[in-house]
Amino acid sequence: MDEHCIEAVELLYHYLDGELTDERRSLIQHHLDDCPPCFEAYDFEAELRIIVRQKCRDRVPEALVLRVAAALRQVETASE
Amino acid sequence: MADQAKFSELAMEYMPSLYTAALRMTRNPADAEDLVQETYLKAYRAFNGFTEGTNLKAWLYRILTNTYINAYRAKKRRPEESDIDDLENFYLYRRLGGLEGASAGRSAEDEVLDHFTETEVKEAIEALPEQFRMAVLLGDVEGFSYKEIAEILDVPIGTVMSRLHRGRRALQKRLYEFGRQRGLVSEREGTHG
Repeated sequence: MDEHCIEAVELLYHYLDGELTDERRSLIQHHLDDCPPCFEAYDFEAELRIIVRQKCRDRVPEALVLRVAAALRQVETASE
Repeated sequence: MADQAKFSELAMEYMPSLYTAALRMTRNPADAEDLVQETYLKAYRAFNGFTEGTNLKAWLYRILTNTYINAYRAKKRRPEESDIDDLENFYLYRRLGGLEGASAGRSAEDEVLDHFTETEVKEAIEALPEQFRMAVLLGDVEGFSYKEIAEILDVPIGTVMSRLHRGRRALQKRLYEFGRQRGLVSEREGTHG
């Protein structure tokens, strides 16, 4: 771990979230190109993000869709 | 100013993601359904004030979170920011043996991720203290930017970053615990600290 690795660890989330300035982003990008351990670590975090997103989905009950649509129709009619 | 008649046409498509968020917030399907319905009714009434062309999804989320905060957690005490351990970045990865050891290609660490079930991921999120749970839901599940989350939760961007980053590390700790319970992660690797 050198100073660039330490910076990469610190800026992990800012980088993955796309919340770095272009300049800092490209500095991290260069480091990841040169440093396989950091690249692997970032890759792991990116995969984890995908897993969380994919595995945290729920089907909306059809009854709820109908219920909300009916409730909206009711207020629409009432306000006409 | 938006036309109220267009509301259903524009807003209904966001119900799956609003429902998922409502479930993680309330941790109860009946409450989640009520929360979603209430959100849609409030949004309909307020739709005149929505500026067309701006982010409708973020606007709906703001109503959802406000409704939740006002109605569903009124009786509970407000959790403190310090209700969560302060953990280091790469919490899970380090405990799976990453960073210290060299690896190449799609690693064993990455493969562990595939083994987490939907139930485990959902439980890990639901176990987070509320402020962190909301930040993680908005950031990681829904992909909102820091600025959008700040507007939805009505907090400064610095607070969003703190809650989101800390929440993610706490989520990793929970997933690591599930991994150990199920033997996906060996005990040896659990000794780093």
